[in-house]
Amino acid sequence: MSMTNVRPWHFLTRYIDSFLLLSILLVMAVGLATLYSATDGNLSRVTNQAVNMAVALVIMWLVANIPLQYMMRLALPIYVVGIILLIGVTLFGEINNGARRWLNIGITRIQPSELMKIAVPLMMAWYFDKHEATLRLRDYIVATMILLLPVLLILRQPDLGTALLIIFSGFYVLFLAGLSWRIIIGLLVAGAGSLPILWSMMHGYQKKRVMTLIDPTEDALGAGYHSIQSTIAVGSGGIMGKGWQNGTQAHLDFLPEKSTDFIFAVFSEEFGIVGNSLLLLLYLLVIGRGLVIAVNASTQFTRLVAGSITLTFFTYIFVNIGMVVGILPVVGVPLPLFSYGGTSMVTMLLGFGILMSIQMHPTKLVKT
Amino acid sequence: MKRSIEIRNHLREVHHFQNRLAISAGFVLFLFLLLLARFYYLQVLESEHYHTLAEDNRIFLSPVVPNRGLILDRNGEVLAENYSAYTLEIVPNKFTDLEATINKLATVIPIEEVDRRRFKKLREDNAKFESLPIRTRLSEEEVARFAANSYLFPGVELKARLFRRYPKEKSASHVLGYISRINNNDLVKLEADEVLANYKGTNHIGKLGIEQSYEKELHGIAGFEEIETDSAGRKIRVLSRTQPVSGNDLTLTLDAKLQEIAEKAFGDRRGALVAIDPSNGDVLAFVSKPGFDLNLFVNGIDFTNWDLLNNSIDRPLNNRALRGVYPPGSTFKPFMALAGLELNLRTPQHTISDPGYFQLPGSSRHYRDWKAGGHGRVNLHKSLVVSCDTYYYELANDLGIDNISKFMGQFGLGKKTGIDIEGESAGLLPSQEWKMSRHKERWWPGDTISIGIGQGYNLATPLQLAFATTIIANKGSAFRPRLVKRIRNSKAGETLEIAPQLLYTLHLNPDNLEIVRNALKDVTQPGGTAAAAGAGASYTFAGKTGTSQVIGMKQNEKYDEKNINDRHRDHALFIAYAPTENPSIALSVLVENGGHGGSSAAPIARIVLDYFLLGKLPPVNTAEKSVDGGIEDVHD
Repeated sequence: MSMTNVRPWHFLTRYIDSFLLLSILLVMAVGLATLYSATDGNLSRVTNQAVNMAVALVIMWLVANIPLQYMMRLALPIYVVGIILLIGVTLFGEINNGARRWLNIGITRIQPSELMKIAVPLMMAWYFDKHEATLRLRDYIVATMILLLPVLLILRQPDLGTALLIIFSGFYVLFLAGLSWRIIIGLLVAGAGSLPILWSMMHGYQKKRVMTLIDPTEDALGAGYHSIQSTIAVGSGGIMGKGWQNGTQAHLDFLPEKSTDFIFAVFSEEFGIVGNSLLLLLYLLVIGRGLVIAVNASTQFTRLVAGSITLTFFTYIFVNIGMVVGILPVVGVPLPLFSYGGTSMVTMLLGFGILMSIQMHPTKLVKT
Repeated sequence: MKRSIEIRNHLREVHHFQNRLAISAGFVLFLFLLLLARFYYLQVLESEHYHTLAEDNRIFLSPVVPNRGLILDRNGEVLAENYSAYTLEIVPNKFTDLEATINKLATVIPIEEVDRRRFKKLREDNAKFESLPIRTRLSEEEVARFAANSYLFPGVELKARLFRRYPKEKSASHVLGYISRINNNDLVKLEADEVLANYKGTNHIGKLGIEQSYEKELHGIAGFEEIETDSAGRKIRVLSRTQPVSGNDLTLTLDAKLQEIAEKAFGDRRGALVAIDPSNGDVLAFVSKPGFDLNLFVNGIDFTNWDLLNNSIDRPLNNRALRGVYPPGSTFKPFMALAGLELNLRTPQHTISDPGYFQLPGSSRHYRDWKAGGHGRVNLHKSLVVSCDTYYYELANDLGIDNISKFMGQFGLGKKTGIDIEGESAGLLPSQEWKMSRHKERWWPGDTISIGIGQGYNLATPLQLAFATTIIANKGSAFRPRLVKRIRNSKAGETLEIAPQLLYTLHLNPDNLEIVRNALKDVTQPGGTAAAAGAGASYTFAGKTGTSQVIGMKQNEKYDEKNINDRHRDHALFIAYAPTENPSIALSVLVENGGHGGSSAAPIARIVLDYFLLGKLPPVNTAEKSVDGGIEDVHD
């Protein structure tokens, strides 16, 4: 980074990865256009979302400017605070739709589980970094504990979607940190074995969601309705789609949650398989850039964080689209950069801020 | 050393990491390809299917109810028509406290007790999710008042509906029938006939008479509006409209004026009259008294009115002309006479000496003539003119039941005439086989005797008697009685004239026929049993009186007309045709508990014939007066 560059906006762009930013902005633009259609031209919703995006971009910029050393130092405190807040939720949380997810901290309500999506991979990566080059089975077990503690707290809320995503983000860290294949396969087998136990722990509505995935028509007007209507929307989009703002499933209100979790159905109905492929391509650009950043990252911590964030981002996309096209159960996972809502937008861009920080801050080999 | 291991480990971990990252990248690509495959399946391979589903979601086919066909009399007078009116409708199961809603509604729109009763009955007869009218035929002011307050009544809807009106109210009620709300039985039937789709918006269906039997013609073909709706079923816009095709208009053979005159002629008496044009089977009048106001049924009849009609001792809902079975009594005699002649068991010259009763050889039982002491010397002509019973007891005995059964069957007795409305009764023409299967008993010779005078097991409907009379009137040709002569197809704008249907022609000896016809002509002449009814007619008409027993008489009991319960009095019967040479009308009249055919049934026939042949209107109260025709002796 040369100091000769004195352009006035230099401080703005200094730690910004332009390729990543451009890809993100493209997806966001398509997202806003889709939201405009999904809300039947409701400009205030679109403006709201644009503000969400702006705020998230500012946060991304701020995070991108934090040097890695600080980031590493912050991992443990953030994690500890997150756990305390989660316990707080368990004890004092507000019940909303039968789930206890929000905590009122006086000024505003927060959802600590959202914070954990970043805090868990940071913490795990920090732990692996501490024990770099001397990794033993014990370390993987400790890291798994770091993962499972918040997951169990979140499952109690209950919030299956978030818990699953955190499991994924933690698993990516374990995987990228070199967890042996034997253990992975062992875990998979154990996981499969524990499915009946998990099933017995699940809430009625969660079981129903799984059941409706297997046969949505079984409860066509109840739990299966979302899945059936979104599949119809996607399928009826055909090759070219019905055109922007012309989706009948969306505009005649057959699609549920059409501006949030099911916004992809709106996009898909109106732009067809051509639009779908282009959107996947855009997402692939973001993911690809994230993976490149991970490859280039110089420390164990940054490598693992960058890899986990990127793969988690992908997981969001896959789970959301999979749910909309009826190959995955309906879990409350938003489509990143697309779905209406500020929280997930901030979480996503916070992740991208970290990626940029990793990419753009001068490398310093901490361990040498 | 430790450090070099760490460095080596470090490098190994970096290598590991890159290896794992590559695997991850492959995993990402693989799953994206999986999504693409799913897109391809949904959006390319199955696109059509999902497109259809999406269209089904949004497009709602709203039926447009066709106008029901009109029913006109033979002269074009309207007997059933439609009008459009506003109704207030409620879907009962949308309300927890229906009573409260109706009470609240009553503060805005007058709701009478009869409306509540009717609504209650509708609820019992219909599925809970159906929209049912609480008030019908709202005035313009009421419509405006409700519209202004409609926000207070979510779930109560103002609807413009087509209604049926029967301008003649009680007249010809049994022939026309009525339409009424489609009930569950109707639905089952419509589904079986595979026409349910055509009835999607229709609320009413024909339940009786022409309305029922010609439902297919009258209903028409429903149109459809393709309406785009949102998921809540709200109407967004009409995409297209297929016009309904109105039902076909029916022109009846009935003469509404004749019908009314015939009905009036009955006064308050119960009974039936069927008048048929013998040359083609056209039913000119079809009376069953008492009638009922058809309009009561259209919007759903209330309990009180229903009970009144259903439980009335006069049984107004019963179609006496079509379904009422009565012993034909002496109106059976002309056919017996013809049988005797045709089967060569009697000649016109054959004469009996009537002692006032008939006895089977070897039996002490007396079959009494209606006239104590008998009619003296009686030949075939006189037997009909004075209605001698003894002559026919003997004739029946000579013919035997098999011959009687076979011969009378040719005149349509004991089987349905095939008139074009449903529910006809076949009456009963007894035979040996019938008795064996019905009563598990053999036919005794004594059974035959009373058959000869139309009593015993004999049962016929007024329609059957009129039909049988047409066959004598037009010398053997039997035309199927019909009520509809013309169908105007609304779609093609074509009018279809229905050709008279000649069922068969009896090859009767013209001489024999002439002998009977002559005798029947003299029945209405001085000396005949219907002389009073025939008096002063400027045309000739043939007839035969009859009396049909309501209660069985013991052997030596005398029928005491004055002391007998009114409802146990004999039924009066009369069959006639006119003019005698080239008849244009044949009819049967039945007056329940009317006593004598000559004095109570024949005068009604005379009024009908006078109007039909001469256009002469009866003087006021003629019916009542003519009962006292002043003939004391002519009993039968």
